[in-house]
Amino acid sequence: MRFDLLTTPVDGVSEAYDVVAGFDGALVGGLLRPGAEQIAALHALAAAVSGTPLAGRVAEAVEKTIAGSISDEHLAALVAARSALLGAAHDALLARLDEAAGRSRGTWPADGPGVSAGADNLLAAARSWLSDLAIAGWRGIDHDLVSHADQAVQALLAEPRLRRLGALLDGFAGELRASAPGATMPRVPVRRWADLWARAVLLAQPGALAAAEAGAVSGRLLPLGIDLHEHPTAVQAQVHAVLETADGPRLVRASVSAPKVDTLVGSGVWQLLRSHSALLAAITEQRAMELTDMPVTPGGDLIWSDAHAKPGTPAEPFATARVQLAAAAAAPVPPLERHPVRLAEPVLIEGYTTAAHDDGVTLTLPGLTLEVDLERMHGAGPLTPALVAASTACIGLLRWDGHWTIQPLAVEAQVKRKTVAVHAGAWAGGAADAAGAKAEAAAADAVKVLRERAGRLLRR
Amino acid sequence: MNAAQKPWEERSAARVVAPARPRKLAKVPFVELADGRLQGVVSSGSDIERVYVSSLTAANHSFHCSTNNNRPCGGIRSGGCNHLRALADEAVLQYGVARVARYLRADVAEDATTGAAVLAAVNAWHEPSAGAPVFSRFLRHLAYLELPATTEPLPELHWFPAGGAVR
Ligand SMILES: [Zn+2]
Repeated sequence: MRFDLLTTPVDGVSEAYDVVAGFDGALVGGLLRPGAEQIAALHALAAAVSGTPLAGRVAEAVEKTIAGSISDEHLAALVAARSALLGAAHDALLARLDEAAGRSRGTWPADGPGVSAGADNLLAAARSWLSDLAIAGWRGIDHDLVSHADQAVQALLAEPRLRRLGALLDGFAGELRASAPGATMPRVPVRRWADLWARAVLLAQPGALAAAEAGAVSGRLLPLGIDLHEHPTAVQAQVHAVLETADGPRLVRASVSAPKVDTLVGSGVWQLLRSHSALLAAITEQRAMELTDMPVTPGGDLIWSDAHAKPGTPAEPFATARVQLAAAAAAPVPPLERHPVRLAEPVLIEGYTTAAHDDGVTLTLPGLTLEVDLERMHGAGPLTPALVAASTACIGLLRWDGHWTIQPLAVEAQVKRKTVAVHAGAWAGGAADAAGAKAEAAAADAVKVLRERAGRLLRR
Repeated sequence: MNAAQKPWEERSAARVVAPARPRKLAKVPFVELADGRLQGVVSSGSDIERVYVSSLTAANHSFHCSTNNNRPCGGIRSGGCNHLRALADEAVLQYGVARVARYLRADVAEDATTGAAVLAAVNAWHEPSAGAPVFSRFLRHLAYLELPATTEPLPELHWFPAGGAVR
């Protein structure tokens, strides 16, 4: 891995972000009456895509916005422009990362026209709320406006094909709810809310959530680690793994997610996921799994089903990372997922020195100092920042949020003069340590109480 | 060299809300800071079929308490009722006293640690309002655990890392 390649800025990325920052700034006050600064930012957005097929529609959307007659279609065009810029930034960053890692990556198959996932009325309801948000701006949100999302979100979550949009809107609305009224917020998460809003507008377009055609893969699956995602009402475990196929090793992911409530956190969340994927137990046991005709998307996501998997031989993630990772081919990124936040490339790093300081932990390699992404480290497993600071090898996800960071999935560290491996996802199949087991039992108790309450109050 | 970390406002994965803390749910199965209120549901000590819906409004510190069948709470005194006190205590466990006090615009002492301290600071007064919206929020809350899990990826959850601390 040539980490020195990550030190130089990637061409065009900061320029793309400058244009996006202007548009995001306009969303703070809302698009109803843009001032001079916001009008300039909208023109800059149109100019940035003037050489692309989006040019005409974005130029028209900008004119209409400035004239105060913005429609859903115009918002979609503005979002398309913003997403195209960040998509291009994503592609450039990923290309640099692939070059540094010596990683080969497939190309996305040409898309046919998007097939509607149906439920157009639900998507229209979501778009209508998103339009109201954009018009009000973050400073204009109040409790009423935020609670208008409730019905749409509930309906989206109940419809499996639209779960992605439902889970996104629910997490987003939860943040707005906690922050409203916008007029008195001390600070506004400008980039983040523009991101969440824009992705929601994209997913709410008819056809955007059409499922890509799945293929099937077989071979030995060797897990590298688990990336855990969570907001108050959703949790997702995403396993990164190397799959040994007849055509050579390839990088894949396997996800499992579940709706939850806000008081289920930490190691309590695993029990919601465990029964839906035998892979989580295999990770705790450090085993491979043998896959037969497992469904897989063109983007490298296995659509896990225990029916297509059998427990395999013992497999240690650091051995997998040392032997297989360098040669594993990566899948292309689906067009609508192209955004720098989606960069999460598994790498093995060794031969670094660590430093712990007030703001966090850094790993220094020849030519590059990488900051450890502490905000992506969680208490649902035994891996801690202190262990990372004492580590000599790390399997992690390279991420980018304005600069490159590393999210550790596992480390090898010296504990009592012995090298031990500690994995963030070690408790996926069951907590080994007393505190983790206690938290699990408490969460199980909470689930029991809520199910009992649901039994008495919900079904009548 | 590596670039300095971007300011919070410019980060995609900036954390906006601290995760709730786990707590025992038997007595107060639901509490939230939403719609400008501390609101939630308290189980009745005597009747397993009954719950109390209690809320305290941030804007004017009025409180409401009734059963899920809209019967008024029999224990209302000046400053609250047992249900509201239980709700405030559990809210403090779930969110921490600072966040509860900030949301309710309660002027608590710096060393305050309890829901009682928050209630003492706001001097709540009784004003009956509708309990139904809060009760339906509770039913919605319960419904999450009834929805199925899925093994299809949710790529948008990359914006929502587990763990982390608020800046
Ligand atoms: Zn009461």
